[in-house]
Amino acid sequence: MAQVFHPSMNTFARVTIFGAVFFAVGLLGVVYAVFRSPYMTGQYVAVDQPIQFSHEHHVNALGLDCRYCHTSVETSSFAGIPPTETCMTCHSQIWRDSAMLAPVRESLAKNEPIRWNRVHDVPDYAYFNHSIHVAKGVGCASCHGRVDQMPLIWKDQPLTMEWCLGCHREPEKHLRPREEIFNMKWAAASEREQLELGRKLVEKNHVPVHRLSDCSTCHR
Amino acid sequence: MRKTSGPDFSALRAGLDGQTGPRFWRSLEELAETDEFTHYLHREFPEAASEWADPTGRRNFLRLMGASLALAGVGVTAPGCDVYNDPPEKILPYVRQPENIVLGKALHYATAVSLGGVGTGVVAETHEGRPTMLEGNPKHPDSLGAIDALTQASLLGLYDPDRSQVVAKARAISTYDSFLGATLGVMDAQRAKKGAGLRLLTPSITSPTLARQIRALLAEFPDAKWHQYEPAAPHAARAGLKLAFGRDVSVRHRVRNANVILALDADFLANGVGRLADARGYGIRRDPGPDKNGMNRLYAVEPTLTVTGSSADHRLPLKAADVLPFALTLARKLGVSGLPEPPASTAVAAQARFIEALAKDLQAHKGKSLVLVGANQPPYVHALGAAINHALGNDGPDGTVEYAEPIEAEPVDHFASLADLCKAMAAGKVDVLFVLGGNPAYTAPADVAFAESVKKVPFKVHLGLYEDETAALCDWHVAEAHELEAWGDVRGRDGTVTIQQPLIAPLYGGVSAIELISGVLGHPGREGYETVRETWRDKTPKGQDFETFWRTSIHDGVVAGTAAAVVKVEPKADLGPVPAVETGEGFELVFRPDPTVWDGRYTNNGWLQELPKPVTKLTWDNAAFMSLATAERLGAVDGDVFEVAYKGRKVEAPVMVLPGHAEGSITVHFGYGRSRTGRVGSGTGFNAFALWTSDAPGFGPGASVRKTGATVRLASTQEHRNVDWNLPGNTAKERGIVRVATQAEYREHPDFAHHGEHGHEPKKGDTLYNADFPPPTPGSEPDYQWGMVINLSACTGCEACVLACQAENNIPVVGKAQVLNSREMHWLEIDRYYEGDPANPSVHHQPRLCMHCEKAPCEVVCPVAATAHDHEGLNVMIYNRCVGTRYCSNNCPYKVRHFNFLQFADLRTPSLALVNNPDVTVRTRGVMEKCTYCTQRISQARYAAEIKGGRIADGDLVTACQSACPTRAIVFGDIADESTAVAKLKADERNYGMLAELNTRPRTSYLAKLRNPNPEIETQTEPTHHGV
Repeated sequence: MAQVFHPSMNTFARVTIFGAVFFAVGLLGVVYAVFRSPYMTGQYVAVDQPIQFSHEHHVNALGLDCRYCHTSVETSSFAGIPPTETCMTCHSQIWRDSAMLAPVRESLAKNEPIRWNRVHDVPDYAYFNHSIHVAKGVGCASCHGRVDQMPLIWKDQPLTMEWCLGCHREPEKHLRPREEIFNMKWAAASEREQLELGRKLVEKNHVPVHRLSDCSTCHR
Repeated sequence: MRKTSGPDFSALRAGLDGQTGPRFWRSLEELAETDEFTHYLHREFPEAASEWADPTGRRNFLRLMGASLALAGVGVTAPGCDVYNDPPEKILPYVRQPENIVLGKALHYATAVSLGGVGTGVVAETHEGRPTMLEGNPKHPDSLGAIDALTQASLLGLYDPDRSQVVAKARAISTYDSFLGATLGVMDAQRAKKGAGLRLLTPSITSPTLARQIRALLAEFPDAKWHQYEPAAPHAARAGLKLAFGRDVSVRHRVRNANVILALDADFLANGVGRLADARGYGIRRDPGPDKNGMNRLYAVEPTLTVTGSSADHRLPLKAADVLPFALTLARKLGVSGLPEPPASTAVAAQARFIEALAKDLQAHKGKSLVLVGANQPPYVHALGAAINHALGNDGPDGTVEYAEPIEAEPVDHFASLADLCKAMAAGKVDVLFVLGGNPAYTAPADVAFAESVKKVPFKVHLGLYEDETAALCDWHVAEAHELEAWGDVRGRDGTVTIQQPLIAPLYGGVSAIELISGVLGHPGREGYETVRETWRDKTPKGQDFETFWRTSIHDGVVAGTAAAVVKVEPKADLGPVPAVETGEGFELVFRPDPTVWDGRYTNNGWLQELPKPVTKLTWDNAAFMSLATAERLGAVDGDVFEVAYKGRKVEAPVMVLPGHAEGSITVHFGYGRSRTGRVGSGTGFNAFALWTSDAPGFGPGASVRKTGATVRLASTQEHRNVDWNLPGNTAKERGIVRVATQAEYREHPDFAHHGEHGHEPKKGDTLYNADFPPPTPGSEPDYQWGMVINLSACTGCEACVLACQAENNIPVVGKAQVLNSREMHWLEIDRYYEGDPANPSVHHQPRLCMHCEKAPCEVVCPVAATAHDHEGLNVMIYNRCVGTRYCSNNCPYKVRHFNFLQFADLRTPSLALVNNPDVTVRTRGVMEKCTYCTQRISQARYAAEIKGGRIADGDLVTACQSACPTRAIVFGDIADESTAVAKLKADERNYGMLAELNTRPRTSYLAKLRNPNPEIETQTEPTHHGV
């Protein structure tokens, strides 16, 4: 009986068998890349808000400090979203008739809160606390990005557990002096300088690096 | 099928006879070694634990799976599906920021929660305006920082979705305004009659504001009458003290000063007024002190085994009726003059030696002894108690007992008051009746026909938290505001007033009694706030302005200087004739409020329903408790339903054998068998009020019982998750799980707790794991090393810690069916071991929670590393990683892990979501959970300390269980720091670890229990420590 398969089919078989393995691994790699991509983490997507509030304008152009609105960032787990009254401290005087600010005025008049859309949302089983991060020398921009350059807020960092752990394992790469926490523009001159400064800050601020990756640090 | 009957009595006797020396046992089934128990013991998880919920058998699995897959398919294709982000959320800031509220930070407010009109000071933790946890107020004399289970659980009552939410007229929804309109019309008619047809029925009232309002109402309607009825209150104590002193007084105990305490049917450690303060005094004195001779000695004489009896050094089970002859015999022996011959009692005569020794002991501690009488005993015994205390000089300065002005606004005989009202109602003399709180239609004694006579009242109003039995009989029902929702004031045992402040606006739009009376008095809109302030405005101390006084009082949770004035009284020489002791054929029936649901007010409270009742460990039911011998005579085993007939009335009740119960006596508890209650309480237990009569409120003779043949499964948790194996060499005693000695033995063998364990627990140098703690990381500060010590000498088994843990850690309620499957979720459980003769066993309580083993067996078997160790010694559980293999639980020698077999946490009921602690994850189905040492509190304390730049100081951080404990038996802290309280206890020679020979290195350890028996009574001196 004649050969059904040509001898070259041997090569074909080898290629497909090994190729399948590479294909599977490659597919996993693609899946991984997709899942870690901004497409899945929702980074860099400006979130639509009921009021087109521009951080760029308020921080960069006007020079407002973060804490003017996010009052509890140094004392509480939650940084705080300003009450309507805070907006009205200025906007009862300036831009009083702006159509853009109509929802703010309406909120005050009707005593109904403005319904902002949440941008940074960690899962409910992860317990993030702003105050301790500020106390230990993590700057706002480290996690929130250059808010002073965002007309509308987007998520600058992936906020995945991997990302959290990156800093919890090597905080020296990210810490900054206390007085620069709220400074959007601050950056160490070089990577080496950052590392040097970071190591000093770890010691000075009593950052217990070894236990920052304990499960109980974030999960309860 | 295995046999499902109870113990075989002959096997039981053999089980006991075969023993030399004391042996621990947990239940009669264990003692008799029934097949059932052995089978149970050898299973890691209870039967059917791997199946789905009862209605959903294996057969439904595929069908459901199909449905889930279909749903999952929808989910995958739905837009916005995102593995990283929760569903989009909104953030709603305030329009105007309220003062003091910082989002994410808890606020604490002092207030009080009352039971039977007497308030316990609490500090409520609120998150964004919703109270999530009640803890004791250290400034309140009745709390001293501790809290009991009932008071804590009242928080769940606040959010109860079954609470009444409307004003109802003839059970149809109406409005408060139309109610007031109708009322004012009726009241106008009454004004013309000077209120001759107007009656008020309230529970016990100590509130100065309510009292002031009611007096104002009575002044406006001079012929109106105020009746009071509180079913479970110390009525006999009031009457007895009046008998002894000729006037109304209140009593306070200073248990701390007492060297010798005699509790005559008095469960003072867990029940009744002043329980927390008394338990604290008792707990402090369970410490042997440096000279190893400082312990108090507690004698208990009682029919039912209670928390107090189980903690006693000597306990004598006597029928309730025999307590009077016992007290009388003792009083005569102690030289109280003018007392008649005690009525003959063979049971008391048999205890001559006991009484002799007891009398001698009391005599030896004149001025430092204390006789307490329980609410169940007739007034005469209370008078006798006062006379004995006086004869012993205990009521002197620095003594143990003190009398003061009564704290009730109007001390009256409640039974007479209710009977008067019913008589008037039956005679048609009552036109208008206001029932302000309470549920008399359910709680009234069976011989007082409240339900029938109230029907003759043309206009009747009920103010209550629930649309209950009384609401059903009334024309109007007004939803009451919960105590945590309304302004009010209430007195503690010593008369100290707490101004109650609302922690949340009324969830269901209720009004308080104060507001309702204001409305009736013609000020419909007046808020409780105004009325309470008005009361206190003219009581401002001289030299203080009102606002300062008001704010200070509210802030502290106590109004300074409001304690009732101490009165100097002496008991009368002649207490009158001894009341005839009723005797009759049949059993004595003892009536008590339920240890968890009380008089029925907490029947719809899931936390309390599922809380194992102290000592009996029964949940979700009440039962007819009886001794083993009585059960044997009746051929009864646990769960057999008997018809109990008493004074011509009958109920059907399941039997539960309670070792140590008095012979010939049966105890029933109130609070169950409700006909109108919410979803939680419906269909639970039987109604003991149906047998109860006002002429014998504590107990009565002549009950007969008849087996019906029916059985009920009682959900008792006593055999769930056993640590010990009932095999030779492996019992709780032999494994040294509970280690006990007397104070005298301790003096001789200070290291008794470690006798016989040589060769078991590896010394630190003997293993690979030598270091005390993980080595400190170079360049960083030493880590805290968290640990806990539980002092078994002080633990009374009151279960306050169990409920505190439940409230703090969002522990779900699973329901009776699941408790029967051993699936209750309490992270902290109290094991109860009996020792010795089932007729009168010694009892040992042992709280058991995660031991946070340094070498934790659970961690090495988890395939997904969902349980791991942190640097501070916590064995942590990561819920989001857990896949539910349950290997960890299988490998845990302490059986402290709890698995969410079903979706136990209620995620659907909106009001119940509010009670959750936002600092703790709410667990879902398929996840293992266990004690975390309150890791959320550790985190909060750490943030607070580190932001200030310091370290957590000893005492700044307490766990929920520790905070609640009335006797301060639980101590937690950093064991690496030698200066902490917990480190000092760890260094104590009595400190031992449970099953430490497994080299698990438990972080939770125990101080071996010390007892202080009277050598003249207890001759047996063999210590029950390990390995003897």
